[in-house]
Amino acid sequence: MTALLEVQGLDISFGGLTAVRGASLEVNRGETHCLVGESGCGKSVTALAMMGLLPGNAVRRAETLRFDGGDLRGLSEKEMSRLRGDRMAMIFQEPMTSLNPAYTVGSQMAEVMLRHRGGSRRAALDRAAELLARVRITSPGMRLGQYPHQLSGGLRQRVMIAMALMCEPELLIADEPTTALDVTVQAQILRLLADLQTDLGLAILLITHDLGVVARTAHRVSVMYAGEVVESAPVRTLFSRPMHPYTRGLLSCVPVPGKIRPGDPLGSIPGMVPQVTPDFAGCAFRQRCLLTRPDCAGPIARRRPSADHAYLCQIPPEEMVRS
Amino acid sequence: MLQFLARRLLVALLVCITVLTFAFALTRLSGDLAISIAGPNSTAADIEIIRKAYGLDRPVIQQFFDWVGRAMVGDFGQSYFFRERVAKLIGDRLPITLTLGLVGLGIALTVALPLGVISALREGRPIDRVISLVALLGQAMPSFWLGLVLMITFGLHLGWLPISGTGTWQHFVMPGTVLAFSAIPALMRLTRSGMIDAMSADYIRTARAKGLSRASIILKHAARNAAMPVVSIAAVQLGFMLGGSIVIETVFALHGVGFLAWESISKNDFPTVQAVVLLLAIIYTLLTLGADMLNAVLDPRLRAS
Repeated sequence: MTALLEVQGLDISFGGLTAVRGASLEVNRGETHCLVGESGCGKSVTALAMMGLLPGNAVRRAETLRFDGGDLRGLSEKEMSRLRGDRMAMIFQEPMTSLNPAYTVGSQMAEVMLRHRGGSRRAALDRAAELLARVRITSPGMRLGQYPHQLSGGLRQRVMIAMALMCEPELLIADEPTTALDVTVQAQILRLLADLQTDLGLAILLITHDLGVVARTAHRVSVMYAGEVVESAPVRTLFSRPMHPYTRGLLSCVPVPGKIRPGDPLGSIPGMVPQVTPDFAGCAFRQRCLLTRPDCAGPIARRRPSADHAYLCQIPPEEMVRS
Repeated sequence: MLQFLARRLLVALLVCITVLTFAFALTRLSGDLAISIAGPNSTAADIEIIRKAYGLDRPVIQQFFDWVGRAMVGDFGQSYFFRERVAKLIGDRLPITLTLGLVGLGIALTVALPLGVISALREGRPIDRVISLVALLGQAMPSFWLGLVLMITFGLHLGWLPISGTGTWQHFVMPGTVLAFSAIPALMRLTRSGMIDAMSADYIRTARAKGLSRASIILKHAARNAAMPVVSIAAVQLGFMLGGSIVIETVFALHGVGFLAWESISKNDFPTVQAVVLLLAIIYTLLTLGADMLNAVLDPRLRAS
């Protein structure tokens, strides 16, 4: 079966700076794929590129950019807008500002349906109420008439999720959907997303910097560093047998209760993410890597320790396991 | 919403009372009214007769309350110069000024809103610069000069529009255009900056992610949020057009309220001056109130607070 979303060799640049270089990613139907990495590594830009929502000064190039087998590269803005909100939907990090303050929840939800499916406003509002109930918002009929400022952050994010589901999309891209929320609300939203996925067979591309979120939700994980996907594996494999030195470093930064004692130093990766310009070559992690070798400045090999596990590094799996 | 309305009405009332007091005080501060009414060649006896006839010999406080009491029921007294009731004078001239102001605002909005939106959507591009430059030139042009140029071009040479008077709607086109010119730059710039802000907001990204059409994103989602400062400034501009159109009413010989104000000031016709000042203050207050109400309709957050 081919993947629902296939990205290969994605390059995105803004003026003289490269935000994403040669990123590759596959999201299968019905799976939650987590894209992790630190701030500024290009996760959000990658997501926006798939939706065709990059700002005007961005340049996007890709070897492959396919949604359900169809090439997205040549599509006009108009054709993309027919896909967005209908077959692929997106929710964002800032629930407080992502809804238009001037229109009611009902009106903003209904317009998605009216745009892509037509029908009456009444039918669209009924569908909206049904979805508000589906994302566990109480008294949905009353909420339809409310304005965003009357809702809490958690409620607004639920409204965003419900709105994204109006046309039963196949793919939901969630860009740090819980980062701005309280921990308890975070857990509720993650559980909600997991339930929706099981029930609706939705594919979710979840962007996060939180490995706890990854462990709880992902089927598959891709780790991004400085605009590249440096490692991709099923979630269990990634946590039990991480290969790329960056992934290993990232995992060592997470304090695990029981494993570390009070007073132990927390893990950290020394150094800074380099600024990547178009002429940058080799591994972007090499200045911070403990295993760096002279050939890290050249073209980097893609290694496959198993069929569904890949990483970008000069060091082969056998050597990596020993180190 | 009711509380919001009540508070705004109370403020409006206070503003009107303050202006009422000032309008009265200022006319009294400009010198002895009896002397200026009597004129330079009058005798002390004449002045004394006038003082008695107009009730200026009474205590100022008494004159004030007398005037306020009658103003409340729409009686502004007799004009000294025009030999007519002040209320009738204003009633005759107000429609002309209102028509002129509304025509001016209509033209200004028709020009400024689309230009502002186009400018915002093409921010930093050549078309944006050209529009800004034209707006700047418009602002720099004195209205009496622009009025004369229009009269010479469209009235004399081309003969398309009447040069002066108030008979038909055509009479209001040129003066309305001149009035609009002074309001266009501010309206356009606010529309532009409001639209630029709105278009970069997160909810616009959401609207795009929903696959909405470009027209819906711009006209429904961005414009409504950009409209509020424009509504406020449009109200102020309309007030300015109604109260400050003296020059244009003079150039085009439109006998509106502005022209009346100028005449009554120069003739020391203080009952008329007081009434005109009060009228303009009330108009300003009502316009601001109207703008606040319209903004509350546009933005639900204002209704809540």
